[in-house]
Amino acid sequence: MTASQAARASEPAPLPVGAREESRGTSRWRETLSNILRQRSAVVGLLILALLAAAAIFAGFIAPYAPDDVLIPEGARPRMPPCIHLLGCPDSQLQVLFGTDGNVRDVFSRALYGGQISLTVGLVTVVFAIIVGSLIGAISGYAGGWLDNLLMRLMDFLIAFPALLLAIVIVTVLGRSLTNAMLAVGIVAIPIYARVMRSSVLSVREQDYVAAARALGDSGAGILFRRIVPNSMTPMVVQGTLGVATAILEVAALSFLGLGAAPNIPEWGNMIGLERNQLFSAPHLILVPGMLLTLTVLAFNLLGDGLRDALDPRLNR
Amino acid sequence: MIRFILRRLLLSIPVLAGVIVIVFVLARVIPSDPCRAALGERATAQACDAFAERFGLNEPLHEQFLIYIGALSRGDFGESIRTGQPVTEILLQRLPTTVELTLLALVFAIVVGMTLGIISAYRRNSVADVGTMIIANVGVSIPVFVLGLLLAFIFAILLRDTAFVLPPSGRTSPGLAFQSIPEAWNLDDLGGIPRTVLDFFSNMYLLNGLVTLQFDLFVDALRHLILPAIALGTIPMAIIARMTRSSLLDVLGQDYIRTARAKGLHNRLVVFRHGLKNAMLPVVTVIGLSVGALLSGAVLTETIFGLTGVGRTVFESITARDYIVIQGFTLIIAMIYVMVNLVVDISYGFLDPRIRVT
Repeated sequence: MTASQAARASEPAPLPVGAREESRGTSRWRETLSNILRQRSAVVGLLILALLAAAAIFAGFIAPYAPDDVLIPEGARPRMPPCIHLLGCPDSQLQVLFGTDGNVRDVFSRALYGGQISLTVGLVTVVFAIIVGSLIGAISGYAGGWLDNLLMRLMDFLIAFPALLLAIVIVTVLGRSLTNAMLAVGIVAIPIYARVMRSSVLSVREQDYVAAARALGDSGAGILFRRIVPNSMTPMVVQGTLGVATAILEVAALSFLGLGAAPNIPEWGNMIGLERNQLFSAPHLILVPGMLLTLTVLAFNLLGDGLRDALDPRLNR
Repeated sequence: MIRFILRRLLLSIPVLAGVIVIVFVLARVIPSDPCRAALGERATAQACDAFAERFGLNEPLHEQFLIYIGALSRGDFGESIRTGQPVTEILLQRLPTTVELTLLALVFAIVVGMTLGIISAYRRNSVADVGTMIIANVGVSIPVFVLGLLLAFIFAILLRDTAFVLPPSGRTSPGLAFQSIPEAWNLDDLGGIPRTVLDFFSNMYLLNGLVTLQFDLFVDALRHLILPAIALGTIPMAIIARMTRSSLLDVLGQDYIRTARAKGLHNRLVVFRHGLKNAMLPVVTVIGLSVGALLSGAVLTETIFGLTGVGRTVFESITARDYIVIQGFTLIIAMIYVMVNLVVDISYGFLDPRIRVT
């Protein structure tokens, strides 16, 4: 409470009248944005994400080695513990910030490239699930009747299985690869978005402006995509942000079990799965990707929670 | 109330039917050569023909389905393609491990989660509140397999010379001798279904240790289950803590709570008697939903901690393309899941009488 009061107190003085006129179109966005920035958890989540995204995007510049460089010529041994010259590691030894893995590759470089994969995996999977899910939910909610029943029962069946188990079966059907793991996790997530979309469509459908559009002779599809869907986006954004966290977790879990990315790909779950028997001899090989994975998921969870608090009108007013 | 329960029961029948169909189809679209998976890469064509004949693989799909349904209705889940062991037998051996693991994880999640949530709401914006919510946020974000390996690292390696050392894998210590329930109760000549049931319970080592007074078995099994249960239960624990907090805060802001306070009731009484009961509904929902997360997580937890439970069996049978076992186990897991959701639905009716009517 005190934090938000302080934030409100420090808001700039009202703009001159002319400037206000100009910015009227963007003021709604600006208000939403300031609502979001008032949420502590959203800000923390965004900061962590910005850091992780920067590390992933500039991995090519930051990483001292390519993710599959074998450092034997440089004089490294397999599963070397971290060696940082600044912290007193002898200069005669090769500097490897997070040590090396079983194939004498630089864990720091692999971890950076792993960030690219995990972030992409999370976003792409959720976008896929949202598109398919919203389409199903929108059709279901708008059409009603037997089609609604059929689609929703289908979703019930998908939900009747524990998510990871269903994803495992789907990957086995499609064959092992990172793309298929993403597809499996995406399919498993579809019912959530279909249900969210359907319930918002059901509530928006009865609003006056939709009746007005119908009275003006707008077609069914036009009403659905121009009036109803845009107005159902808020819960979708919140659910989607939290969904990215779940998707990253589940794809990593599949890779950990050996059902995701191929072994040479520096995906974090993969890195943990390959070295999990080295827990006793080289714990850094598990702790580094494990911490990064946790941090990424945490960031999306915090952002999602913050967005929900900022965008939910009931909590705000 | 009885009508309400009956209607919910009826509603879950189509879902179960759909689940049976999906499991059957999924088990058959998994690309595999069941014959070569069972008899080895170099099995001859004749051997494979005989194999297909024996397992009815030559029949058209819809007839295979009818045969499958017929067998199911007699409680027959078929036999493993690889070992020839009946699926029910494997289930009786391995389900108890998973049941004990998930129940222990659930107890951990509910007890710790609700305690943290109540403290957090009771002392809102205090250090305890902030600390609890940090634990909850990290707890919901840490992958099961990372937490499992981390716990094993801490308790089996870092603390190995202290009193807190816990075993990183296995169900009991090697070489631990113990009796099953029928043995301990001198019921060795018991047969049939009662025997099966008792054997099933015997494989739940915690229960076995308690009812047969073999406390060394109980303590040993418990020590082996603590780390897996914490690893598995942490995500639900965090979700329950957050839900308890927000739901309790929501309820505590309502008028009747103010009335109760105005009557001069003690704060603790207001929170626990008036607040908590009405804040329970969303909490029960997430407890029910978390059973799915527990069953998913069981695959990972059992793999990490070397427990031969249901999750690991499904995973192994999928890798080995033993589609009869896949079919049986997936079906059981989905049925447990549907049943749990049913129980959650029904418990709504108890907690909130308004729901019974709708």
